[in-house]
Order: sequence, then structure tokens, then C-alpha cells
Amino acid sequence: MGAVVVDLLDYDFMRRALLAALLVGLAAPAVGVFLVQKRMALMGDGIGHVALTGVALGFLLGTAPVLTAVVVAALGAVAIELVRERGRTSGDVALALLFYGGIAGGVLLIGLSPGGSNANLLSYLFGSLTSVSSGDVVVISVLSGGLLLTLLAVGREMFAVCHDEEHARVSGLPVRTLNLLLAVLAAVTVTVAMRVVGLLLVSALMVVPVAAAQQLVRGFRATVLLALAVGVGSAVTGVAGSYYADTAPGALIVLVALGAFAVAALVASLLRRRRPARDLEPV
Amino acid sequence: MLDGMSSPAVSLTGVSVAYDGRPALTGVDLQVGTGEVVAVLGANGSGKSTLVRSLLGLVPRTSGAVELFGTPLARFRSWERVGYVPQRVTAASGVPATVREVVASGRLARQRRLRPASAADRRAVDAALATVGLAERSRDSVGTLSGGQQQRVLIARALASEPELLVLDEPTSGVDADNQQALATALAELVARSVTVLLVAHELGPVAPLLRRAVVMAHGRVLHDGPPPDADHLHLHDPDHAHPVHQVEARAAWGLS
Ligand SMILES: Nc1ncnc2c1ncn2[C@@H]1O[C@H](COP(=O)(O)OP(=O)(O)O)[C@@H](O)[C@H]1O
Ligand SMILES: [Mg+2]
Repeated sequence: MGAVVVDLLDYDFMRRALLAALLVGLAAPAVGVFLVQKRMALMGDGIGHVALTGVALGFLLGTAPVLTAVVVAALGAVAIELVRERGRTSGDVALALLFYGGIAGGVLLIGLSPGGSNANLLSYLFGSLTSVSSGDVVVISVLSGGLLLTLLAVGREMFAVCHDEEHARVSGLPVRTLNLLLAVLAAVTVTVAMRVVGLLLVSALMVVPVAAAQQLVRGFRATVLLALAVGVGSAVTGVAGSYYADTAPGALIVLVALGAFAVAALVASLLRRRRPARDLEPV
Repeated sequence: MLDGMSSPAVSLTGVSVAYDGRPALTGVDLQVGTGEVVAVLGANGSGKSTLVRSLLGLVPRTSGAVELFGTPLARFRSWERVGYVPQRVTAASGVPATVREVVASGRLARQRRLRPASAADRRAVDAALATVGLAERSRDSVGTLSGGQQQRVLIARALASEPELLVLDEPTSGVDADNQQALATALAELVARSVTVLLVAHELGPVAPLLRRAVVMAHGRVLHDGPPPDADHLHLHDPDHAHPVHQVEARAAWGLS
């Protein structure tokens, strides 16, 4: 095993990919836990679709796709949040329109751009080990570092807002600002993660580790810590494994995370059977 | 503490609220003095929650003025003085949280941003848990508690900021007798500390003895404001057959109370 790891670390591109995987494995569940708490688990998916237009815009304009993706994804995320805030029943449909617009716009723009090709598009949709440049690693490190520090600073307030928005307002918290901040952080996560997991699977890395963690623990803080561990574990294992299997890393990362979920669910059900909970007293 | 002592805790003058143009509250006047304990009664859809939500600034008014502790709502910032128990069926959300984590979130109104919780913060959370009788369950996941226990978690969350005004929206609906009694005990303790209480209820049950005054709502208007209607008629012996609120409405409308 040790020799294998050394073997992997011999390659510059693998060192970059593994570092990126580590950061993405932390950032994605850290943001995802609040989206799940708010019961907006699919928001990452929506942002991923919208970000594709941003990537394609980068190709078309000849700028770094990461930069255009983060801007377009953030605008999309804020739009989604504003629709949610209105609380209209048609919000659902409005979100769907945004998602489809994002994919269609991305495919159209990439067709128009000189450097764009299907292969390029695929590497953004499902991740690609060789595509993580050293410039990307710098961007990923700065963005995910800033994201984790931000959440560390406002985590308590974010918990309160995502738990019960009205109560948070009556506590005098800046609810709207925090909601918009979370939307922007989700957009940043999607952009940071797209080189590693890909836009179509990024949402899974935000949600599945959280779902796995909450099978086993009782509290929010414990869920966060366990979800971070599952996130890092699956991102790093998936990237390393995809080198040997020669596949897109995104798929393997998500399958490892789903495996962790299955194991957690199994363990949880065995534990429940062994000690019938006093929790199950009648209402 | 400027002019707060002499002003009423809550003051609504001619407050109207509409949802999509449909009036839900029409010209409501209500003053609640500091230390008063007031019940808001009325049938489903009569506007009780809207009344409470408008005085907390959670729904926009179409007209009228609201003051909390003598300060117009738009300029009110001392939210640590207000505890709110929203009308909810559960205290859980999409991710598990312990009872203590939920209750501690109620302390944020008094906490400095970006600072860790102080010893005083932790004591206040302990005290709030003790007041509702859930100290033993503080490490359990809220989702595993019964409905009545979850209501008590929401009350403890409101108490964590040590409020002077407590606004509760139907904390007793769908709650068993033991939990209603626990709630009444907690409220009695607060009343003894001269906390101002505005309690929305469908039925009064064990809290009835704490009340001097009740406001009865019907169709978005205040139908009655005065001594609580006869406790016997409010006590819900058989939830499937009694219609206490209708009796209250009728008695109030005929001037019987
Ligand atoms: N968010 C809302 N949107 C539209 N109508 C609402 C909303 N909330 C309440 N209403 C309507 O306003 C009226 C008063 O509701 P509410 O204040 O919740 O009554 P209560 O709390 O006494 O049951 C009802 O007719 C209700 O249908
Ligand atoms: Mg109501």
C-alpha cells in the first residue's frame, strides 16, 4: 500500500489531483450539510447545470473557464435563492427552467467556441485527473480555504438560519445575507469541485457524505465532522482509484461515497436492532 | 432600558395584513403591558398566527403601526428581549441536531458574532433546558422526541436569550396532558419572574389559571378583549367532540364573558 501511494505521488498531475480531491472532499460536505438541513439538497445540482454555461463562456471568451464558471454559478445560485425566498409554488418550475437553460446554454456556447470540443465538455461534466493544472490548484486552494474559514466563522448563525428561518429573524440575525452567502458558497463549491468530480456529480459529494453521516450520529456538529471524513475519504480514494482503473474520477468518487452510505445505513440498522431505543416511546 | 419600562411591551395600532390581497387582519388594536399574561384565542384561520407574525415583523403590514417596548418595529434591534415559539409540528430539520444544539441557537440573539459561547451563554442554555424539564434529554437528537417534547425544545430555545417578552404560537396543540402540564409549570415560573407572555392557544387547559386576560379573534378582527372566557368551556375534555373555540366566540359575541 505504501509503495502504491509513493507511486501515485511520483506524478505531478496526481499530486495536484489528490490535493484538489482533499480540498473538495472537505468543502463539498461542509456546504452541503446546510443545504440538506434547509431541505434544498438538489440546489448543488441546479448550480452545476448553470455553471456549465459559465465554463462554455470561458472557452468562448478565451478566459479561464474556472473564473467564468464561478461568476455564472454565483449569479445562478443567487437567482435560485431569490426564487426560493419568494416562496411561490411556481418556484419549482422557475428552478427547472434555470437548470435546462444552463445545460442548453453550455452546450450551445461550447459548440460556437473555437477551442471547445466534446472531450473538453466531458472533462468538466465528469472530472478529469490530467486536467487539474497548477493554476487550478491555486484557485481551488484559495477558494476552498476561504470557504472553510467563512463557515467556521458563521457556522452557528448559518445553523440557526437553516434550521428555522423565522426564528432566526426574530433573533435579529441577518437572515437574507446569510442565505445569499450560502448560495454563493454553494456556487464556489461547485466550481472548485468541477475539475475533480465534474459538474454533473458535484452535488452528490455535497449530499451523500451528509446522508451517510446522519445515519450514525445524533447531533449536528457530529454530522458535520463525520461528513467531512466521508467526503475526504471518498474524494481521495476515488481519485487514486480512477488512476488505476483509468476512468473519470467523478464516477468512482460518488460510488465510494454511496458505498459509505450503504455501510452506514447497515450499521445503523444493526445497532437499532441490538438496543431497541427508548426513543421510540409514544407521542 | 431607556423609556422601555413605562411603554407597553407590545403595541399594535390599526394593524391590517393581507396575503395576496386577501385580508387576514383588519384594523387590530392591541396593547400588552409589561408583566401581563395574555391569551389569543380563536378558530383556525381567524388570524392568530398572522397577528403574532405581524407584531414580530415576519409579515408585511398593509397599514397600522407596531411598537415593541416603545420602539417602532422598523427601528427595533433588541431582539434578545423577545422570545418566539413559532407554530410548528416539529423541532427537527433535514439534518439531525441535539436538543442542546437547537436550544443554543436561541442564545444567538445575545451572543457576540465570531466569539465562542461564554460560560454565561452555557448557563442560560442549561437553565432554559431545566425550565422545560428536558435537561436529561439534552444530548438526544430532537427528531427522536415526542411531539410534546419537541414543543418544549422550541420553548427552551425561546427562553435561551432570557427574554422579557415571550410570544408562543399554539405550543399546546396536539400535545398530551403530561406535556401540557410541563408547559404550564414552565410558564408559571416565567410569570413569577414577571416575563410578559402572549400565548396563542386553541384550548387553554392547565395554563388557564395563569391568565387574567384573553383576546378572541374572528375573521381577522378582535372580537373580545378582556377576562378569559369561563375556563370550563375552554377545557378540552374530548378533543373529537368539543368545540371550545366556537363556544368562546359565541359567548364573546353575546357579551357573556
Ligand atoms: N402565508 C400565507 N399565505 C396566504 N394566506 C395565508 C398565509 N398564512 C395564513 N393565511 C390565511 O390567513 C388567514 C389567517 O391565518 P392564520 O393567521 O394562520 O390563522 P390562525 O393562526 O388563527 O389559524 C387564513 O385564512 C389563512 O388561510
Ligand atoms: Mg395559527
